[in-house]
Amino acid sequence: MSISEGTREQRREIAGRYPSARSALLPMLHLAQSVEDEITTDGINACAEVLNITPAEVTAVATFYTMYKREKVGKHHIGVCTNTLCGLLGGDAVWDALTDATGAGHNSASADGEFFLERIECQAACTHAPVMTVDWEFMDDVTPSSAVEVVDRLRRGEQVHSTRGPAIRDFQATEQTLAFPEDGLADAPSVDDKMLAGLRIAQERGMTGGNV
Amino acid sequence: MGTPLTPVITEFWDRPDLYTLEGYRAVGGYRALEKALTMGPDDIITQVKDSGLRGRGGAGFPTGMKWGFVPQGDGKPHYLVVNADESEPGACKDIPIMMANPHALVEGVIISAFAIRANHAFIYIRGEVPNAIRKVAFAVQQAKDAGLIGKNIQGSGFDLDVVVHSGAGAYICGEETALLDSLEGFRGQPRLKPPFPAVAGLYASPTVINNVETIANIPYILDRGVEWFRGFGTEKSPGFKVFAVSGHVQRPGIYEAPLGITMRELLDYAGGMRDGSDVKFWIPGGSSVPMLTPEHLDLPLTYESMAEAGTMLGTGTPMVFDQTTSVVKAVTRWLEFYKHESCGKCTPCREGTYWITGVLEKFEHGHGEEAEMETLTSLCSQIAGRSFCALGDAAATPYPAAMKYFKDEFVAATHTAVDEQFDPVASYIFAGAVAR
Repeated sequence: MSISEGTREQRREIAGRYPSARSALLPMLHLAQSVEDEITTDGINACAEVLNITPAEVTAVATFYTMYKREKVGKHHIGVCTNTLCGLLGGDAVWDALTDATGAGHNSASADGEFFLERIECQAACTHAPVMTVDWEFMDDVTPSSAVEVVDRLRRGEQVHSTRGPAIRDFQATEQTLAFPEDGLADAPSVDDKMLAGLRIAQERGMTGGNV
Repeated sequence: MGTPLTPVITEFWDRPDLYTLEGYRAVGGYRALEKALTMGPDDIITQVKDSGLRGRGGAGFPTGMKWGFVPQGDGKPHYLVVNADESEPGACKDIPIMMANPHALVEGVIISAFAIRANHAFIYIRGEVPNAIRKVAFAVQQAKDAGLIGKNIQGSGFDLDVVVHSGAGAYICGEETALLDSLEGFRGQPRLKPPFPAVAGLYASPTVINNVETIANIPYILDRGVEWFRGFGTEKSPGFKVFAVSGHVQRPGIYEAPLGITMRELLDYAGGMRDGSDVKFWIPGGSSVPMLTPEHLDLPLTYESMAEAGTMLGTGTPMVFDQTTSVVKAVTRWLEFYKHESCGKCTPCREGTYWITGVLEKFEHGHGEEAEMETLTSLCSQIAGRSFCALGDAAATPYPAAMKYFKDEFVAATHTAVDEQFDPVASYIFAGAVAR
């Protein structure tokens, strides 16, 4: 079924969340990408139709935001933070290892369509540098070898867990979550030792924030 | 004995069920909301003003004063927008708050919306963190199911709808007016101010935009009181802060402490620098604020003290780099970021970040020319203050700050590539793993 018919109800549902329907455009484009693995002309037209704006207006938005891709992403999106802190602490080496292991380059997919690589900007996880993402789920504290092991395991179809989040699904499933965030996966453990570093010291030394 | 840690927002993060309504309630959650609904909006605004809480997103604007700018009785709808677009290089405290303690944010949203008389609230979360988005969405849904969000909340007559909104990858949307354009379904580009969002914000209606950590403070202030809150920090920087320490330290992570703690104390809690390493430079709160050196380690981390030292507290997420780090490379990488993230609206920022990056890359490869140091200074001064929003100012920050303390490294980069001066491998934190 084409995207325009298959998702019309969902698109209307997203539009209904907002006092002004056009506010729904970003999540709606995520929905389009979840169906087609990229932003296509059909996807743009489908958004324009529900919001009653022109395809040119939708295109202007879709081309502004880096998460929307104009070519097929493939099964998994792999991000490596190469901003200053992650890059210098080892993200640059992780990037080199992953390009070697997959044959993909920045903003391009591997020949087998399994992996799409992207040098990403700060992922708000600098305490966990160097940071990698798989389908935008956190893979914290990676090394070149652990990063390559992640893609090897994914290629073999093994289950891989995010370090702070659920088991990895695929790129399109994450895009669906961005359109409809209640995906039933909120119970995935998401707090790790680094997030508890200060709390544990405070507990050991009897430090508190006062009355409770 | 130095400054103790003060876990408040982070106090129960070791409870596996804290992200659920039941878990949050078990540690006193939603008690503040009950109290707030009996207080009335004006009293809440007064209490937040009296607390002296300042915005935790970077600028440090007094939260209560911001709320006070919203015209009351104007007959227009009011909106509360939470800025959860944490993307500043170095900033990594809002995403952990949302993943570990989402109900503190949700309770803060309900109280804050009630205070500014908003019946709609939006939580704008950057799209690249689905795990924070699903946690917050789950918390919002639980609050709806429990009647804490919806029509006539707890019999108060107050109606509220809360929408969790996914962004799509644009640092600029952390700028509040660009965020509003993005939330309206457009390209995220900053608006000219005035009018300020408190008067004409989302859908041209009065809007308050607050950072995640700011809003997460609200329930604790309401529950425990102004005197308790002001018992932490300084007169001008009251309260506590979720500090996130990263870089070449032994134990990078989250450390919640009163404002006024020093970087040396925070570093001590983080186990000091990694073995055989010393602080070369550090940045108190994101790449947009000027760097400091070891001589500044004993300054209190407050808004006023950081301003006196010529920098800003910013997001309060210090990045610490050791002697293996090339300052030229660090600055070049930050400018590549600003070039990538410039929205293109203002010519000085769009073109300036392009040209600065080009010149810096020459230095990185050892091909810089002496005269180009002056060129870079000139380019920075042509951006700062000449763009709509603070992204331009931020882009003009790293180079002058680096020149202040590390001019020698730029001179050296006129003849030797930085990777020859500083072995990149020495800076990796997994040097052992590479050698294997």
